[in-house]
Amino acid sequence: MLIRRPSDILPSEITPREVYLNRRQWMTGAAGLAFAASLPGGLAAAPLSAAKSPFSTDEKLTSREDVTSYNNFYEFGTGKDDPAAKAKSLKTSPWTVKVDGMVGKPAEFAIEDLIKASALEERIYRMRCVEGWSMVIPWVGFPLADLIKRVEPLGSAKYVAFETAYRPEEMPGMDSVFPVLEWPYVEGLRLDEAMNPLTIMAVGLYGETLPNQNGAPIRLVVPWKYGFKGIKSITRISFVEKQPATSWNKQAPSEYGFYANVNPGVDHPRWSQATERRIGEGGLFVKRRPTLMFNGYAEQVASLYTGMDLRKLY
Amino acid sequence: MAGRASAPAAKGFTLPQVPKILVYIVGFIPAVWLFYAGVMDQLGADPMRYLEQALGLWALRFLIATLAITPLRQLFSINLLRYRRAIGLLAFYYAALHLITYLVLDQGLDIAAIVADIVKRPYITIGMATFVILVPLAVTSNNAAIRRMGGQAWAKLHKLVYVAAVGAVLHYILVVKSWPTEPLVYAAIVAMLLGYRLVRSLVKKPSPRRRPA
Repeated sequence: MLIRRPSDILPSEITPREVYLNRRQWMTGAAGLAFAASLPGGLAAAPLSAAKSPFSTDEKLTSREDVTSYNNFYEFGTGKDDPAAKAKSLKTSPWTVKVDGMVGKPAEFAIEDLIKASALEERIYRMRCVEGWSMVIPWVGFPLADLIKRVEPLGSAKYVAFETAYRPEEMPGMDSVFPVLEWPYVEGLRLDEAMNPLTIMAVGLYGETLPNQNGAPIRLVVPWKYGFKGIKSITRISFVEKQPATSWNKQAPSEYGFYANVNPGVDHPRWSQATERRIGEGGLFVKRRPTLMFNGYAEQVASLYTGMDLRKLY
Repeated sequence: MAGRASAPAAKGFTLPQVPKILVYIVGFIPAVWLFYAGVMDQLGADPMRYLEQALGLWALRFLIATLAITPLRQLFSINLLRYRRAIGLLAFYYAALHLITYLVLDQGLDIAAIVADIVKRPYITIGMATFVILVPLAVTSNNAAIRRMGGQAWAKLHKLVYVAAVGAVLHYILVVKSWPTEPLVYAAIVAMLLGYRLVRSLVKKPSPRRRPA
């Protein structure tokens, strides 16, 4: 019986934390980015230089191995190990992100330009999956607010809609017998949520460019919401007036809301959200830990939702 | 488990007989491997969840295997009846290991959380009910019980395995997000095995007598 697929990353390819932390000190941003931009898609991770952030948690990091081998990316299959095993086929270069809708300056950004124009930061965030497990992940990215300001949204823009690449020929999970979701994967945020300084566009993790399975080359990270809000491999960002459709909400509206804020007091209809298992903590004998309101980011984001009934607007 | 307690293995294909203990030994290999791999940290990033799901899946597989024995005999004259008790008991043992994993490793014996789960979560309610159904079947899976109960009553009781099979696949479907293929495949297999019995019982029933016009 096959217990586990061999990892695609040879142990020899995994950079020890001390080495890349050290390397980051002398790699100038420009040199590192030029190297990253020159790499064709699906190849080995390239180092990224990133400033530290006060928003980072000092909790123990989930291992790189676990972060890159255990996650959901249904375009590549419904198994937790499917993304790591199958996402190699996604071509991430060339890659453009189209920004359109109610903006003064619609644009189509080449990913390398987008990275070059941004001040990258390391953001160590808790990630809480709607399924009841969590990780601590050192993302590298830039505030979504930076990008939003650059394209100058019009006063009528109230929401931001995101879309994942639609590439059935490169994404083997999209042609399952019963489509698990309607493709392409779409997500959305209210404009003020998108502008919150915690919301980032991640282009890397563990000091290097994103592995394909984690949403290369660019993905959303909204740490106070369930993981499925963090749409991966984004090709389009649109500014709209009405609340946009979101994939899981379309699939099961009674189970997954537009907001999807982490909330221990509002259970998933089929399971409790009161506790979570931190991946890599305790192995077989993992102890559940209490889930925190807004995943522990209440101080920064609770004010976004004052006066809202979070039981109804889950 | 259902059906006649003992049937002559006279007709059809004769398979070389192996000692029943071998069925148990082979049947427990996945459990031993899973626990070993779990302790050695070889079950991936979320080993507890992997163990829990794998044990449940093996329980369902053995349950399906017990249900396959009658159609195999009737349709293909392959007689595995002498192993059915062992396979059925393996299904029960795996269900018990699955339940223990949930109670001890997953919930950490947090009684309040477990009770809340059973009351509030249909998939847990159904899973628990399925296990409860399997208990009397396992307890009566011995010759003494058959003698004590009488063959007919015993066979009637063991028809509950059909309910358990439906409960097991429902439990599986309700725990996943959306409609992934794998639980639906198991559901289809159970539907075929139960559908076969339904069709056969309808076909075998004497047709109602025609009234003269």
